[in-house]
Amino acid sequence: MSAQVADISEHTLGVSRLKRLRADFPILAERINGRPLAYLDNAASSQRPQAVIDAISTYYRESHANVHRGVHTLSQRATEAFEGAREKVRRFINARSVREVIFVRGTTEAINLVAQSYGRANLRRGDEIVLTWLEHHANIVPWQMLAAELGLVLRVVPIDERGMIDVAAYENFLGPRTRLVTFAHVSNALGTVLPVERMIALARARGIPSLVDGAQAIPHLKVDVQALGCDFYAFSGHKMFGPTGIGVLYGREALLEAMPPWQGGGDMILTVSFGGTTYNALPYKFEAGTPSIADAIGLGAAIDYLSALDWHAISAYEHELLDYATRSVSAVPGVRLIGTADRKVSVISFVMEGVHAHDLGTILDADGIAVRTGHHCAMPVMEFFRVPATARASLAFYNTAEEIDRLAVALTRAREVFA
Amino acid sequence: MDLKDLYRDVIVDHNRRPRNFGPLASANHVAEGHNPLCGDRLTLYVDVEGDKVADLSFEGNGCAISVASASLMTEALKGRSLAEVRDYFDDVHKLLTERDYTPRRDLGKLAALSGVREFPARVKCASLCWHTLVAALESERQPVSTE
Repeated sequence: MSAQVADISEHTLGVSRLKRLRADFPILAERINGRPLAYLDNAASSQRPQAVIDAISTYYRESHANVHRGVHTLSQRATEAFEGAREKVRRFINARSVREVIFVRGTTEAINLVAQSYGRANLRRGDEIVLTWLEHHANIVPWQMLAAELGLVLRVVPIDERGMIDVAAYENFLGPRTRLVTFAHVSNALGTVLPVERMIALARARGIPSLVDGAQAIPHLKVDVQALGCDFYAFSGHKMFGPTGIGVLYGREALLEAMPPWQGGGDMILTVSFGGTTYNALPYKFEAGTPSIADAIGLGAAIDYLSALDWHAISAYEHELLDYATRSVSAVPGVRLIGTADRKVSVISFVMEGVHAHDLGTILDADGIAVRTGHHCAMPVMEFFRVPATARASLAFYNTAEEIDRLAVALTRAREVFA
Repeated sequence: MDLKDLYRDVIVDHNRRPRNFGPLASANHVAEGHNPLCGDRLTLYVDVEGDKVADLSFEGNGCAISVASASLMTEALKGRSLAEVRDYFDDVHKLLTERDYTPRRDLGKLAALSGVREFPARVKCASLCWHTLVAALESERQPVSTE
């Protein structure tokens, strides 16, 4: 079946470099149901290189204590490592200052922070928030909750049949009552890359702040928050080869400075008395309680790992994989791709005639192939394409053409099971 | 793990040609079931006469396991007493979740669902219709409009 599509064994990355990259990720050597693991579920969560696993384990073995508290040596060591990770994040996304880098649990918490702090302080009854039909539930539900409470209006920019946003249509949604725009940088369900630069610029020109959900963009695209010009940018560690339980909210300092804290507790205060409490400076004002120290350090290690890669080659290789997978999967009889935007990251969503996505997931798993099946926490996208669910293969730079061949063969077999 | 164990011929057949599929004009109990993990949705229509399930049907959209399970369930329960329906529920529930469970009765074609327990992620697909049935039977008697 793979004979129908061009061979990409002579890919940009080179066979030996790819082999070395794969060796950095110990889990890729696992066997699943007697077959080598083909991990094609990176958009749900990527895997970790040994360097990240080591950073976490070394931290616990040699440096753990609470941060920002003790004068003792270990506490200082932990604080330095934790704040060192913050500086790595700052450099990675090109924020102006570490005061603009807030550690959170993940993208979901980052968006909720903006909704609860910025939203409550700045939005009034009748105000409008513009978002898109492509959003993950994490960038819908926090706004629905806020809208219900404050009497806000959510305005949803439609997508076309290829899963793209029309910038002209988006511009028409920006009105005198628009107080915030919020959208994904990359759609998790379809892989569409949104024209965020223009979307942000159009909002800025009208004085409207913007929040970008960068969860799916950060593992694939170079993100420069200053070049983007957005006011908030949210992402998760676990989708960029780092730990779960850690993520980042970037916020423009002037906005963060004016925002009230959203959770109270230790670390976010300067002084506490029953007569009144004064809050800590940025970024600590938004980091109540003991943070996920080891995971922040693990995220720093993931950034070190990514920064040492030849990003140009990695990016070109991911696109070769995407092209190859697009051709291979769409050549399987009965398969229909969902989401065929001009600009995509390496995510392929599809359905197969006569075979439900959930059955596909089980059949592929029997062959050691991990894909996501379901609505991908983007039920409006499923509704738009009138499908209950899709199967989604999402690729990282450690995936191979051979794994895609196995996917295509297993899909052909799935069709036979139900023939 | 053997896919043949999960996708037995009976399951594939009932997925391709679900029995008792569509709304039921005489239904006096109805409930909707939803499995958010995979997007399975089904509506179950039950016509209870006295202490008997005189007729039942379902409609909806789901994976092969959920469709076949609902189809097999409607076939097995038509004409059964409410007490028998409860016994069937217990038997099928244990069949889906307990290793080496021997049903108290001959489950007929429903026994084809025993392969599901080797696939823990799929147990909910097979049990959705049964939980929906319980919800339908517990719901107030409500005449269903079929337009």
